Amino acid sequence: MPQPTLVIKGGRLVDATGVRSGDVVVGDDGSILAVGPDLDAPEVLDAGGCVVSPGFVDVHTHLREPGKEEAETIETGARGAAAGGYTCILAMPNTTPAIDSAAVVREVLELGRSAPCDVRTSGAITVGRAGEQLAPIAEMAKLGVRFFTDDGTGVQDTRLMRRAMEYASALDVVLAQHCEDDAMAGGGHMHEGEWSSRLGIAGQPAEAEELMVMRDIALARLTGARIHFQHLSTEGSVAMVRAAKDGGMDLTCEATTHHFTLTDECCATYDAVFKVNPPLRTADDVAAVRAGLADGTIDCIATDHAPHTPDAKEQPFDEAPPGMLGLETALGLALTELDLDLEEVVALLSWRPAQLLGVEDRHGGPIIEGRRANLCVFDPEEEWTVDADTMHSRSRNTPYAGRRLRGRVRHTLLEGEPVLRSGEVTR
Amino acid sequence: MTDLLSISDLERGDIERLLDLTDHFAEVSARPIPKVPALRGKTVVSLFYEDSTRTRLSFETAAKRLSADTMNFSVSTSSVKKGESLRDTAQTIEAMGIDCVVVRHKSSGVPWQLTRWVDAAVVNAGDGWHEHPTQALLDCYTIRQQRGSLDGMHIAIVGDVKHSRVARSDIWAFTKLGATVTVVAPPTLLPPAIGTYPVRVSHDIDSVLPTVDAVYLLRMQRERMTEALLPSLREYTATYGLTRERARLLQDDALVMHPGPINRGVEVDPDVADEVRSVIIDQVRNGVSVRMAVLFLLLGSGSELLPPEVAVPEAV
Repeated sequence: MPQPTLVIKGGRLVDATGVRSGDVVVGDDGSILAVGPDLDAPEVLDAGGCVVSPGFVDVHTHLREPGKEEAETIETGARGAAAGGYTCILAMPNTTPAIDSAAVVREVLELGRSAPCDVRTSGAITVGRAGEQLAPIAEMAKLGVRFFTDDGTGVQDTRLMRRAMEYASALDVVLAQHCEDDAMAGGGHMHEGEWSSRLGIAGQPAEAEELMVMRDIALARLTGARIHFQHLSTEGSVAMVRAAKDGGMDLTCEATTHHFTLTDECCATYDAVFKVNPPLRTADDVAAVRAGLADGTIDCIATDHAPHTPDAKEQPFDEAPPGMLGLETALGLALTELDLDLEEVVALLSWRPAQLLGVEDRHGGPIIEGRRANLCVFDPEEEWTVDADTMHSRSRNTPYAGRRLRGRVRHTLLEGEPVLRSGEVTR
Repeated sequence: MTDLLSISDLERGDIERLLDLTDHFAEVSARPIPKVPALRGKTVVSLFYEDSTRTRLSFETAAKRLSADTMNFSVSTSSVKKGESLRDTAQTIEAMGIDCVVVRHKSSGVPWQLTRWVDAAVVNAGDGWHEHPTQALLDCYTIRQQRGSLDGMHIAIVGDVKHSRVARSDIWAFTKLGATVTVVAPPTLLPPAIGTYPVRVSHDIDSVLPTVDAVYLLRMQRERMTEALLPSLREYTATYGLTRERARLLQDDALVMHPGPINRGVEVDPDVADEVRSVIIDQVRNGVSVRMAVLFLLLGSGSELLPPEVAVPEAV
């Protein structure tokens, strides 16, 4: 018989079933034991003025381990995730070595076992993410890998992508694409447009992304494969996905927090903290991404959390690696910047990505008795200033340093354990 | 002004003050002993990450004529080869007690990064495709010397605008000083958003040449052929080069300018280049005076507010 360990008191419960008030009692077996008014347990977690929601799920996290532990480890990335209200994150495969075999998958999952977040991993579509030969997708799928991507680069070879889709359609997996036509984008370091022209930086046009979205929609139609588009950033991409969905195609996509909050004008200071791939686009693109999030064209918010050391980001703009932190600012940005109901914001951060990853048995589910206690407690009104130096990530490359945000995570519960308690990571 | 990073962030008044100040230093340069003690005790470092002959020598000469101490940081023999970062290099040099860094780098924006890490004045001597402000200043000075003013002039900039820091600086400088600019190039050699620049665009040099007061030829780089931007240099010369035949389309007093080094026979016919050599050599000569003005403005006393009549120190 599980014993109650703590109660989350005084919060407003928000999940896919709606909004209500109530206390949540969590048991020593990591499950929710009871939900209702005036409940008690040995420990009390104050949720006064707060929302209690299912924990957030990130379908796009770069954890850098193995290979670039100086920028992030699975441990430090998971701590950042806990601080951001995430109870489940999906590691991207562009590590060294790439996560392209059962052995590396096992290693990553093992390293994640003690982390303060449920660490899942994606697998590469091609060996070494080199785009030449299919990776052992079925073998990795057997270990529970459900998301396959060469993220960091798109699969360039159309025939190979077709074969990947055909092969994967026999397995219960999702092929996710980083949409970028290398021949078009190659050598570009920011969005091609007025700002790249003015700054004298080689650009990559919106069409470099859109060509691959267009191609993969065609290939998905041909093969019947289930495709997911990662970090869509352009007006044209959003429009194509909308049209494909309207036409009845079963596909999904994500948008990152930076693509609905920042534009290419940010690069005007030549600070490589604003360098990211796909690049920051125009105000029209930002508006299109916001509209896509509002009307359901875009299925979830992803962070594309991409840590880099200060040394790496202090290189000249065209030599610095792309990527920015995201886990600890996602909720605040979504609540501050998106003109959406709170319930909708939580859906985009929690149960929609949970369904996409196939982790809805543990994450993103309704807050009811018997479910796993993977929960996030956040104050939707708390204002705070982003400080790069107090982030839990090993790196500091947030583009939001100094920015005021509204909405901050107070507690995060992983399998019933408060891994974030009053803003402090405890594991 | 504490740094000189770009022309695009200068006002017309700033540019004019610099050109006025250049007059004084042109006078200094013409003296039998062209040296004044204006920057005695100041140290100017050249930090060139990219090969350059004329710009580096020009800055060095300018600093020496102002009696500043100069240091040369040559990347090919330095710790950069051992993997030292830009920031570490800059801060190491600054720790030696310097007042000004003159920087050239193949990456756009490096001078901006330096301003975040060092207190010394930063002068952009060319960053990537972005800007080359002292080149634009000396170009404006040369035109002003010939014509008195740029107001109402029509200037064509011909060639690889897309990859040219000289073009980006000149477009801003010429237009801020009242000239109309037409860029002439195949579409592949124009910046993608050329429509947002204050310029006219033409792909027909023959129709533009008779209408201009000056034609500014950009250096065509051979590696552009491998990027599928042009079929061949031969075709470029045939369609955009200032050949002997085309030069006849120019008004008699039109200026022919070039930032150097010239690719004879590519962007300009060798004979044409020699005919107009006087102006191109003037550009080089004026480069020293303009850079003296820039260094004096940034490092001399009262750099914040430059009086209209600057008292230029007497000869040593």
